[in-house]
Amino acid sequence: MSSRSSVKPNTQRPQGQPKSLPRPIREIIRCKYLYLIFLIPFIYYIVFQYWPMYGILISFQDYNVVKGISGSPWVGFKHFEKFLFDDYFWTLVRNTLLINIYNLLWGFPAPIILAILLNELRSERFKKVIQNISYLPHFISTVVVCGMLVNFLSSDGLVNQIVKFFGGESIQFLMYPQYFRTIYVASGIWQSVGWNSIIYLAALTGIDAEMFEAALIDGANRWHRIRYITLPSIAPTISIMLILNLGRLMNLGHEKILLLYNGSTYETADVISTYVYRRGLLGNDFSYATAVNLFQAVVGVILVSASNQISKKVGETSLW
Amino acid sequence: MLLKNRKPSENGGIGSRIFDFCNILFMLCLAFITLYPMYNIFIVSISSAEYIYAGAVSFIPKGINFDAYRMVFKNDSIWRSFGNSILYTTVGTAINVVCSAMCAYPLSRKDFYGRGFFTLFVAVTMFISGGMIPSYLVVNQLKLINTMWAIVLPGAISTYNMIIMRTFFQNLPVSLQESAYLDGANDITILFKVVLPLSMPIIATMTLFYAVGHWNSYFNAMIYLNSKSKFPLQVLLREIVVAGNMADESSDLTSNINIIAINFKYAVIVITVVPILVVYPFLQKHFTKGVMIGAIKG
Repeated sequence: MSSRSSVKPNTQRPQGQPKSLPRPIREIIRCKYLYLIFLIPFIYYIVFQYWPMYGILISFQDYNVVKGISGSPWVGFKHFEKFLFDDYFWTLVRNTLLINIYNLLWGFPAPIILAILLNELRSERFKKVIQNISYLPHFISTVVVCGMLVNFLSSDGLVNQIVKFFGGESIQFLMYPQYFRTIYVASGIWQSVGWNSIIYLAALTGIDAEMFEAALIDGANRWHRIRYITLPSIAPTISIMLILNLGRLMNLGHEKILLLYNGSTYETADVISTYVYRRGLLGNDFSYATAVNLFQAVVGVILVSASNQISKKVGETSLW
Repeated sequence: MLLKNRKPSENGGIGSRIFDFCNILFMLCLAFITLYPMYNIFIVSISSAEYIYAGAVSFIPKGINFDAYRMVFKNDSIWRSFGNSILYTTVGTAINVVCSAMCAYPLSRKDFYGRGFFTLFVAVTMFISGGMIPSYLVVNQLKLINTMWAIVLPGAISTYNMIIMRTFFQNLPVSLQESAYLDGANDITILFKVVLPLSMPIIATMTLFYAVGHWNSYFNAMIYLNSKSKFPLQVLLREIVVAGNMADESSDLTSNINIIAINFKYAVIVITVVPILVVYPFLQKHFTKGVMIGAIKG
């Protein structure tokens, strides 16, 4: 915006501009319309993002809705002590970590493999068709996916029909804790593998074709090409995605689990966020639930920073 | 794509051919696994009770009838929820797009005084947030519980989407905006008359992203709404299909209650998913571009 910053400091000033105004004020006045435009989003962030952050304080209180934050008694780390010494809390932590680790083990490589295989397809049209089909589950709501799961896994549902076809007994899969993780992770992969492969495909299209040509001339076969050209080229993307995922090892959303779990499967299905929901919103134990949530958030921040540091040391890519 | 044109098909012989064959097979299986569940839901929803119960409906619908759909269309609460979903999606998406643009534009301007500070102000919220309970308490204190605003306002700006918009605005040629200044326009005029008309692609992308998000969301509606008459489709769907709550739907058909439930349940799923399927071709045109802009440049 050269026309905007054409006023040279301390020399020419346009007519009518008082020389006593400090620079910040002048700048603000110059941007007044931009500030006006930004005002509404700014208010949004203050009200719906930063005000709730202030509400984190209630984890150090015995919050009473009527008395509000200013009127409720302070109890320090009472709630934190309560759950840190509670065995069930550590079951929740274990469940959260295990489900995330399973997801990482199976769900992380899947889109990468899919992207590489898609990239190896010869027919552009076939590739596009498959891609478009694979993106579809991502746009289906959690409720619909869980509705499908609940019905397919019921005693006379699709899955049990297949089991019976092969001579087995029908099992109420969603009632047994040992199946929960598999169901959760597998359905998660079904829903997201196509969508998650986009970012890897984008990285793959950035690979220089000449490298492949050179490799061919040197006698590389399919497998060599994938191993020595394709994979290293998308390694930065893979690293960043891995960091992001490792940083979120303690975070697991509640929406899908809430729809799939039940009393019989709490021991593997109940995670921190679903517990926060039950204790906090259903049980009205606001302070305690917020304390648990805060603990999870803090651990999450630590994990993201740590994995970022590790990635900086090991390779050159990092988030910041 | 250059890469594709140059891939030689003669090289590699048998090994390469087998690989290609297996790859295609794999992709076909993938397509099947992806589509079959939804296909199954559809054919069961138009089949008759006896066949479903006998497990005979696998690839073709049997005893085709539309009773389940008739029941769905006669059901008032389903219509009401459908209407609610449309309302929340429309209002919500409009607010989303407008607010995101109003946030993204100033942040995209290099001469915006305080740009760094405000960018940080906004970016921090992607990593730190109040959490479930404090957010609920805020909505409660604002007296928005059980109103549409509790659904539409708390998520007014998705910072991630907003940053994609900002990137797009940043890549617009500055010269156009500059010449508008020289012609005497102020920032607001520039936003509306110059920037937005040029931003139709990103606005279309954002509209689709946000709209699908609204259509598919259930949790906020579940915790913020108390009256059944305000429920969007997903919340009602949850009651019918996940919680197995049948209330007053299956009244007139006489055979096995359980199976009627399945037709009906699946029919409701179908009508929930159909809008998404209808919009899907448009989604395709725009979202890959949007995701790539965000991923590579953002």
